[in-house]
Amino acid sequence: MPTGIQGLDEITLGGLPKGRATLVCGGAGCGKTLFGMEFLIRGARQFGDPGVCISFEETAEELADNQSALGFDVAALIRQKKLAIDYVDLERSLIEEAGEYDLEALFVRIGHAVDSIGAKRVLFDGVESLFAGLANEGLLRAELRRLFRWLKDRQLTSVVTAERGAGTLTRHGLEEYISDCVILLDHRVDENVLTRRLRVVKYRGSTHGTNEYPFVIESDGISVMPVTSIDLKHVVSKDRVSTGIAGLDAMFSGKGYFRGSSILVSGTAGTGKTTIAAHFVDAACRRGEPCLYFSFEESPSQVVRNMTSVGLDLQKWVDRGLLHFCSARPTTFGLEMHLVRIHKMVSDMHPGIVVVDPVTALLHSGAPPETRNTLLRLVDFLKSKQITALMTTLTHASNAPEETAVNVSSLVDAWLMLRDIESGGERNRGIYILKARGLAHSNQIREFRISDKGVELREVYLGEGGLLTGSARLLQESKDASAALLAQQEIQRKQFLLQRKRKVLDAQIAALQLDLETEELESSQLIAEEEQKLRKSQQDRTEIARSRRARGNTESDGGARANGGRK
Amino acid sequence: MRSAMERAVPGKGVRAKWELRLYVAGQTAKSLLAFSNLKRICDEHLAGEYTIEVVDLLKNPQLAKGDQILALPTLVRKLPEPVRKIIGDLSNTERVLVGLDLQPRKSRAGA
Repeated sequence: MPTGIQGLDEITLGGLPKGRATLVCGGAGCGKTLFGMEFLIRGARQFGDPGVCISFEETAEELADNQSALGFDVAALIRQKKLAIDYVDLERSLIEEAGEYDLEALFVRIGHAVDSIGAKRVLFDGVESLFAGLANEGLLRAELRRLFRWLKDRQLTSVVTAERGAGTLTRHGLEEYISDCVILLDHRVDENVLTRRLRVVKYRGSTHGTNEYPFVIESDGISVMPVTSIDLKHVVSKDRVSTGIAGLDAMFSGKGYFRGSSILVSGTAGTGKTTIAAHFVDAACRRGEPCLYFSFEESPSQVVRNMTSVGLDLQKWVDRGLLHFCSARPTTFGLEMHLVRIHKMVSDMHPGIVVVDPVTALLHSGAPPETRNTLLRLVDFLKSKQITALMTTLTHASNAPEETAVNVSSLVDAWLMLRDIESGGERNRGIYILKARGLAHSNQIREFRISDKGVELREVYLGEGGLLTGSARLLQESKDASAALLAQQEIQRKQFLLQRKRKVLDAQIAALQLDLETEELESSQLIAEEEQKLRKSQQDRTEIARSRRARGNTESDGGARANGGRK
Repeated sequence: MRSAMERAVPGKGVRAKWELRLYVAGQTAKSLLAFSNLKRICDEHLAGEYTIEVVDLLKNPQLAKGDQILALPTLVRKLPEPVRKIIGDLSNTERVLVGLDLQPRKSRAGA
């Protein structure tokens, strides 16, 4: 039979055993009565089962008052005949025992109350007061046995509350009679912080969660946080969500984180963890996804104001109802309580993205050995709901940066490290991806710059002097630039020299050509002159010969002359 | 039982000094014994000064709440005030007398 109590029905896989009695035990102030009343009230309101409360400790008026403080209108339910409260007063000093008796009147009263509204649920609150009010314990035990038998016969689902005894579940050993289901409530104070826990000790004929589950009593009753994914079966998504920073998306192979993954952003103080978270939230709101931002160090307005300085307007998302802040001092509640609150808000709001800033704040409010488990539960819960979770964590400069306060690294899918890089009298920010499950991610350290336009990732200078950032990088860059300029100039100079050489050579070639031409000219003149001379001498010789022909043998001389003229 | 009750009320209409109410559930051996014990004690100690009203919770279960009845049988001394309750079949006469303030409490403190 479902109780309607948030989370309990999941743990018990459906609620309390129907037609049987459940024993709820625990110390004073652990919430037993509230548990029982919620069982009745939620039964009446959500499942239409009328319920009867037989109270041995508080009067009907007190009960109604206490429950109305938790938002339950008991009086209205009584008017609607959905709830009946019978207060059994046992003032021992006014009762004298004289002879044998039984508790038939109690049966009559219960029977009457049950019949008057057709009740299906019964609560016995503080039934062990009977032991204080009546002296005959043997009879009382027999009557209690008869009572629970009677309840079973009438198929009434009942809750019996009892104080926890020393070494036993209840002070008077009620567990002897009620053995179908036993739920133990507990509250402990660790480091001044109260944590409530619930455990199903026993549940006949049913499997149930066996752990201790933290629970809170809030304005609307009890809320138990079950471990949702005991068996790591959650479906994963291949969808990607932008980090909100272009350069960071690029580092995650261009698309950002996986949807439903958990991301840890760690870094020392002032490295910009919140800024990274704010960018992520901003990007999600732009896509229209609701975001839940748990801030444990800053108030919502402080976060909003601070983020305007880097050019992010978160207020508009708050106004549109997309972004919901939830701020609390980490020491206000115990870790478990925080987790239950987160759990509850996530269940109410169904966000696409949850930011916990910083998750380390939670760790201060609980005992370390348990924190990892509880964080694991949170991470698992968010994963099962396909919610992308971004958690920031503060690392201390003294520790190895890869070590977080609780070794949560195995829980997270992607881990961003922010680092201070100190050099040349400056502090600059570096960012790198320590791990990213299932993603091809950049292995580079990038410089991470926060300006009034947001976050910008720059390539860092990796030179002979190691990693250079900030002014040192700028200096190196300008050095590089001037070196490049010099080289450029050198090239230009070389080219100029070459040009000039070519010009000189060209000129020389021209001069030589000219010489050659002059020489040719002179030579041809000489040749012409020589030929002239030759012709002239031949002419002269011809003249002579002609003059000689008067004397004879002209033929042979003429042949010789022709040969010589051809040469 | 009803007849028994009527017998137990002498001088009807006269307001008795002692107003007693006996709660029972049906005519069980215990309730009959309680009634006869009560009658005997009253006749011995309060002759003519008392009324006994027997309430059967099987017939009027809603009446159990008013007087905060839990055990049966229960004798309630409505008058004289303050209201006193004695549970059981009233076979322990001394205890009944103590419960009705007819005998000092001393004996009980000693027990």
